Amino acid sequence: MTALPLEPPNEAPRPPDELAKLEEIWAVPRGWRIVTAVNNNIVGYFYVATAFLFFLLAGLLAVLIRLQLAFPDGKLLSEATYNQVFTMHGTVMMFLFAVPAVEAAGVLMLPQMLGARDLPFPRLGAYAFWAYAIGGVVFFGSIFFGSIFFGASPSGGWFMYPPLTNQRFSPDIGADFWLLGIGFIEISAIAGAIEIIVGVLRTRAPGMHLSRMPVFAWTMLIFAWMIVFAFPAVILSTILLELERAFGWPFFDATKGGDALLWQHLFWFFGHPEVYIIFLPAAGMVSMIVPTMVRAPLVGYRLIVAALIAVGFFSFGLWVHHMFTTGIPAVSLGFFSAASAAVAIPSGVQIFAWIATMASGRLRMTAASLFVLGFLFVFTLGGLTGVMVAMVPFDRQAHDSYFIVAHLHYVLFGGMVFPLFAAFYYWTPAFSRNALSERAGKWAFALIFIGFNIAFLPMHVAGLRGMPRRVYTYPSGLGWDGPNLISTAGALILATGIAVFVVDAVRKIRPTLGDSAGDVWKAGTLEWLPNGAYAARSVPVVTDREPLWARPTLAREVEEGRWFLPGAPTGRRETIVTSPVEAHPQYLMRLTGPGWSHVSAAVFTAAFFLLLTAKAVWLAGACGLGALASLLIWAWRTDPSDAGEVDVGGGLKLPTYASGPRAHSWWATVVVLSVAGALWFSYVFAYLYLWTVAPSNWPGATAMPSPERALLAGALLLASGAALTAMRVLLARDRRVAAAIAALSGVVLLALALGADALGHWESGLRAPRSGYAAVVYASHLLQGQIAGAVVVTGVFVALRLALGLVTARRRVMADNLALLWAYALGQGALALLLTHGFPRLIGKG
Amino acid sequence: MTEGMTDGMTNLPDAAMMNALAPHGPEATQVATLTQVMTVGGALILLLVCVLTAVAILGPRSWKRALSGRDTVRWGGFAFPIVTLAALLFWSLWTMRGTERAAAAPAALTISVVGEQWWWRLDYRDAQGRRFAEANEIVVPVGVDVDLLLESADVIHSVWLPSLAGKLDMIPGRTNRLRLRADRPGVYRGQCAEYCGGSHARMGFELIALAPDDFAAWRAAAHAPRREPADEDARRGREVFAAAGCGACHTVRGTDAQGRVGPDLTRLGARRHIAAASLPNTHDARARFVARSQEVKPQSLMPPFAFLTETQLSDLAAYLGGLK
Repeated sequence: MTALPLEPPNEAPRPPDELAKLEEIWAVPRGWRIVTAVNNNIVGYFYVATAFLFFLLAGLLAVLIRLQLAFPDGKLLSEATYNQVFTMHGTVMMFLFAVPAVEAAGVLMLPQMLGARDLPFPRLGAYAFWAYAIGGVVFFGSIFFGSIFFGASPSGGWFMYPPLTNQRFSPDIGADFWLLGIGFIEISAIAGAIEIIVGVLRTRAPGMHLSRMPVFAWTMLIFAWMIVFAFPAVILSTILLELERAFGWPFFDATKGGDALLWQHLFWFFGHPEVYIIFLPAAGMVSMIVPTMVRAPLVGYRLIVAALIAVGFFSFGLWVHHMFTTGIPAVSLGFFSAASAAVAIPSGVQIFAWIATMASGRLRMTAASLFVLGFLFVFTLGGLTGVMVAMVPFDRQAHDSYFIVAHLHYVLFGGMVFPLFAAFYYWTPAFSRNALSERAGKWAFALIFIGFNIAFLPMHVAGLRGMPRRVYTYPSGLGWDGPNLISTAGALILATGIAVFVVDAVRKIRPTLGDSAGDVWKAGTLEWLPNGAYAARSVPVVTDREPLWARPTLAREVEEGRWFLPGAPTGRRETIVTSPVEAHPQYLMRLTGPGWSHVSAAVFTAAFFLLLTAKAVWLAGACGLGALASLLIWAWRTDPSDAGEVDVGGGLKLPTYASGPRAHSWWATVVVLSVAGALWFSYVFAYLYLWTVAPSNWPGATAMPSPERALLAGALLLASGAALTAMRVLLARDRRVAAAIAALSGVVLLALALGADALGHWESGLRAPRSGYAAVVYASHLLQGQIAGAVVVTGVFVALRLALGLVTARRRVMADNLALLWAYALGQGALALLLTHGFPRLIGKG
Repeated sequence: MTEGMTDGMTNLPDAAMMNALAPHGPEATQVATLTQVMTVGGALILLLVCVLTAVAILGPRSWKRALSGRDTVRWGGFAFPIVTLAALLFWSLWTMRGTERAAAAPAALTISVVGEQWWWRLDYRDAQGRRFAEANEIVVPVGVDVDLLLESADVIHSVWLPSLAGKLDMIPGRTNRLRLRADRPGVYRGQCAEYCGGSHARMGFELIALAPDDFAAWRAAAHAPRREPADEDARRGREVFAAAGCGACHTVRGTDAQGRVGPDLTRLGARRHIAAASLPNTHDARARFVARSQEVKPQSLMPPFAFLTETQLSDLAAYLGGLK
């Protein structure tokens, strides 16, 4: 391994047409064709703007809430409208604003921050955005058109507890809108997570060891892994609730062996990490802003990174603190109480690290700094009330009261929105022709900070005086009148502050590629390099956490093209793939440019979910096929063939193709399989949990269907595994057609295996709507079906490419990914057989 | 005997009837102390963070230097929180243990409370073990341990009496046991604390703590024979009650009205409020509720009886007011 150069390896001036060619290759489509763009900056601009739009829309809903609650016995909104308004406020804020906003910040800034030209799967990122934008706009539209014309908005709260949200108690389509509506959000979030994980771990600038990576990149990496493990729980719960609503499968119905608490466990297993998913990237932003504003490096970088990883892990062990009043035994509650208190420690570590950093330099009082200081105050207060509610006896009073409304807004608005405003004031000059106005920013800060505290501080009092959450009005004389009126006044001040920001943003922000306002703060990290559509002109070697401070000539050298990859040696969009820990260059990845297939995939995906909600099943199916076709067209154009080794500058030659575990798409597949695995684990939890709730529904050894079908399924799985092995062996010998046949027969065997198992249960007379047990068995078949479907489609696709010579012994990436997916499906299928056939026999009552 | 049940009682001011910081029961008292300590402690910590931040930004150079090392992170971020959180957690777990052990001793009285959209179905046993139903107003003797057995008939609800104890959910398919004790005679207000759709905001209730003799009398009168309506309009009101079919959904013990869809009305006249603590129990409020129930409790199962005339409504209200 040759050592990386410490001086720029290329000669200047560069050849005259090199830059022009780079600009042409990276050019953004003009006019309305910009919707086909895949540059992370363009997608990032759309993404940030859309997320902020949803913030404003959900904020308007909040103003309606506060106007209704300003006085007792409010008559502004009926109970039906109010219940829809607060449900949409929470749902839009959590799903359409908070997670997408930080994801958008990642899409926009990570490649530049890491020294990459773009994210590793540009179309995937664009797809994630369009699915979210289209789906979100239609979903939000439901509240206006829905409640005015059809009463179709969901009204079950953002957390949608059954039985209230089952077919009997919520017969209108609002609940279906929610359940299917967040389907595309879930897909969008996971697509984003794949991008971010592979981008952060594999496309950093050479020399950017993990210990030199910007803290924002660390937080986005942890954020993405948390999405991978947390979202599947809510994906499963929404699937189960929709099955109960549409087909009567009684997962949550206590009269048939289901349990309402199953939903709560699954939802909060997602819901608690969700709030840290929202907070961590914001904390990462603060860790970038403070050092620049103080002109000193971050104190305690390693402690901060350790704290962030700790939060990522711990946050998965806290979810029951949302269920302290459900009657769960005290011993369990004690464990979750301790864990919930413990998670305050890593947050505290970061706060003191920021204080120490501020003490080590001189803080410039800019608008961004003010928002950071506001964040410190508001988030600390919220964290302290968080410790209070982690104590079970106190939570038994505070839970589901306005005390919690206060707490959650202090930590979420304080912990995410304040840093977001700071980020706008800080990073706008890097991406826009003008910076924002410092003066307007300070006014906005004052109004927002004061308005926020006036709005939310009194809610602690109202809550302790007995005001529950989610009430459309309240009677006079209980001591709630005063706090509510004050809260409404504060909310209006807060809204004014946000309006000041919006006016400033509209007047000043002019997104650009190439003539941004520049490094006005004299910051140290790479996103401040002069950039264009191709990100930075060349890719530097990084030897420090603040490369621009360590090497004052770096910006000029990069701009002159004197570092790596000043042009496009393969004539396509490219970025350097590096090793995960030390960032040694490994190969040159070619990236796709603009196209239609991902846009149509997004449109059809959103349409599929929305039409299913409206029960237009055939039309939805057609759109599903449209999405699938788009995906296949999209995938067909990936995996360009090997272009040999190319010189990326200064004599560094890199291969252009990698296969096996080194390939970036192998990593992406592993992330997808982690999602599938997390989904499966959530399912196993649901199965075992329902058994603890209603063991009498479990059949026991003698009442099980005869094992023939299960054994047949097992045998077919083994046969499929043999075909998988055959495919890999044949491919290694470049026997492509034979490998294609092995792939085809293998995936068919997999599908038959799962079909045999499902048939076995059907023949035994088991029917899903009858009991929680039956429903959860058929849910297993559904999950197997999903994964088998993916394997079959991929298998046919790869077989076709094998036959056409587009997959070979050397150009193996697609076959490798198929093998991973297929092996996973075999494993999950085998475990499913063991669980659904083995477990009842194990518990053995007769 | 049951008239003016709350007359002469120490009347707690309204705001104190429902306030976690004005406790009148053992669990609420312990939590109130915990709350006060945590609030003061939290405020001091917040102040400390503000002061340290101010010093970090504006302080003299030597103080800034002292703050600028990793020790600040270790002391402030690890040592201090670990110590304070451990102490707090220990106190909290100790309090939980105390509540659990106290609740393990048998209660003097057990009442079944079933949450319905959007009212409370109560089921008592009298001294002879006979059951009787009530609704929305829980009457208990003062100073004794009472168990509320919480269940749900439809969706998840939650019983919360901030002045007495923490809340506990009513989950379909489960029975949860809430232990309380009212240390002072008086009226305590509670509210449903789990969003249950529609009129969740109008699902309140009151708990009345009576002196032991008064409670015994109240309980004994549950199965007492019904008195004839006192005057003419109440008698006419009884006819209206029967003609309008109220008995299909409501029960009045000792009459033909045996419906169980809606609240038991046997002793409606003695209650302080109607419609789950949504309206005061006055003649006009009763008439208004019968005529326009959907305005008070939207989406509830009670249809508005708008076809009744003013006189009929007034007579009906008189009859209902006399049910004691």
